[in-house]
Amino acid sequence: MAVIQTRGLTKRYGRVVAVEDLNLEVEEGEVFGLLGPNGSGKTTTILMLLGLTEPTSGEARVLGLDPMREPLKVKARVGYLPDQVGFYGELSAWENLRYTTRLLGLPEAEAKARIEEVLKRMGLWEVKDRKVAAFSRGMRQRLGLAEVLLKRPKVAILDEPTLGLDPEAAREFLELIKGLKREGITVLLSSHLLHQVQEICDRVGLFHKGRLALVGTVEALAQQVLGGGYEILVEASPGLEEAFQALEGVGRVEAEGGRYRVLASRDLRPELARIAVERGSLLGLSLRKPSLDEVYARYFQEVAHAA
Amino acid sequence: MRREGSPWTGLWAVFFKEMADHLSGLRMRILEALILLSALAAVYTGTQTLRQTVGEDPYLYLKLLTTAQDPLPSFVGFLSFFVPLAAIALAFDAVNGEYARGTLSRVLSQPIYRDALLFGKFLAGLGTLTVLLLALFLLVVGLGLFTLGVPPEAEEMARAFFFLLATLAYAGVWLALALLFSVLFRQPATAALAAIGVWLFFAVFFPILTDLAASALLLQADPFDPESQLRQANLALWVSRLSPNTLYAESLTALLNPAVRSLGPILITQLEGAVLGTPLPLSQSVLLVWPQLTGLFALAVLLFTLGYVVFQRQEVRA
Repeated sequence: MAVIQTRGLTKRYGRVVAVEDLNLEVEEGEVFGLLGPNGSGKTTTILMLLGLTEPTSGEARVLGLDPMREPLKVKARVGYLPDQVGFYGELSAWENLRYTTRLLGLPEAEAKARIEEVLKRMGLWEVKDRKVAAFSRGMRQRLGLAEVLLKRPKVAILDEPTLGLDPEAAREFLELIKGLKREGITVLLSSHLLHQVQEICDRVGLFHKGRLALVGTVEALAQQVLGGGYEILVEASPGLEEAFQALEGVGRVEAEGGRYRVLASRDLRPELARIAVERGSLLGLSLRKPSLDEVYARYFQEVAHAA
Repeated sequence: MRREGSPWTGLWAVFFKEMADHLSGLRMRILEALILLSALAAVYTGTQTLRQTVGEDPYLYLKLLTTAQDPLPSFVGFLSFFVPLAAIALAFDAVNGEYARGTLSRVLSQPIYRDALLFGKFLAGLGTLTVLLLALFLLVVGLGLFTLGVPPEAEEMARAFFFLLATLAYAGVWLALALLFSVLFRQPATAALAAIGVWLFFAVFFPILTDLAASALLLQADPFDPESQLRQANLALWVSRLSPNTLYAESLTALLNPAVRSLGPILITQLEGAVLGTPLPLSQSVLLVWPQLTGLFALAVLLFTLGYVVFQRQEVRA
């Protein structure tokens, strides 16, 4: 069953189109990435899914509920981590979460148990009595995720979760998100840092100017846009370009002296290695997963060319 | 499209959180100290004056609240000055502060409606002011007991109760105004300045303007025609009542001074058979200021509603 479903979802601010005719389906238990540059409609989409912004037209269903009609039920089941998440700086981490449990209407004992559980899980238990004003960006972000878990959500919506984190903190945070998936929580995350999130997303949707331009797994998108799902880097003697190109399954070969970049539909490393060794020397061979950045850049180059 | 679920969900959670913030916040401490000091000073000088006349006045405690002695204004004078300031200080960053801290979208993504957030904040401000006023009032009465040595009477306390109620309605107006500005302006400083600007306008410029407006609207005030003069006086009064300050001042006059029989000009014929200086019963005094009280209450509701409507239409993202 699709956990999140939208049909023709559109949002306009006056004449500016924020999101146009969005048809999206997110399956239960998957990590779905809404990717795209700033201002491409990701946050607006998320706010409409939570019932915090009214769509101009179209409809959305989250866990089978209409976020416009039953926002309280949706918000009780869906955890949301806003971008630039803020907390009350003059309150401690524990007090901030206690306020959330009150808003959730949890009974006292249950609330305390859950707060302890999520703070320990996010590694914030030691600093629970410290004022949030003294927290680093990474700690705030983890506190935000702790708050999301407080609800025991079925769906977690994370808006730009790694923005502003240093690489190490970002990696740790992505690990935490993987943990949510293992628990069976459906995760919808938005980001413009494509390379950071591509590893943890089962499927991604690329936004461009309010429209969902591409949807699918990273491999499928690479296949579709770049002409090959596998990118193999070969360092060998020069002049092998045509031999590589003649192999079955090779989409494109880019050569630069003795460095080749081969785009193929399957893993052609053995074949490429054999050719290289037969006709000279093989210095290096590596398989690189296609990066979403390239898919994105290429796709919009094509769009721009076509226009 | 009807939305489901109660708009009151989470109201008390917001109320208690905001109230705790107010009561423990530095801003409130400063205000409390300021109000307490000035009120004590006013009451102290009041008791000094009243000591000589103890036993002559049946409404000693009401006098205690209203007696002024140069250079200090009376207790109620201080209150009508500080209550708007306190109310503005409590609410000017209520909503835009949440935007600035990035907490609004997080709080609103919890299962509550915006109604609960705004109304909870308003109620918390009102609750804080109630606690403040009540504490201050009890302190003053206690101080009076101490220095005057006469226990207050039931009627005095009843009048004082209505006085507190009127003060609360007056505070509600300024609270709702500050809340409205906190929704309208994204910068808390702008909202505070705008609210204080409105307060200054009504406190300083409005009384000057009412006279000007009355003579501008009714040019033919003939010095030899008493009727036209009466008309002009009535018009000036009517215009001045557009200000919450006037409404509040009139309420206080009638509630705390039982001898007051009318809040406007009165003709000599209307006084026929009246024994001047005899106090009105409480019910009659309340009846006299009922329109003023209603007006203050209505103004607070109106301002809150405006803020509510604007807030409902606002985008959540900063």
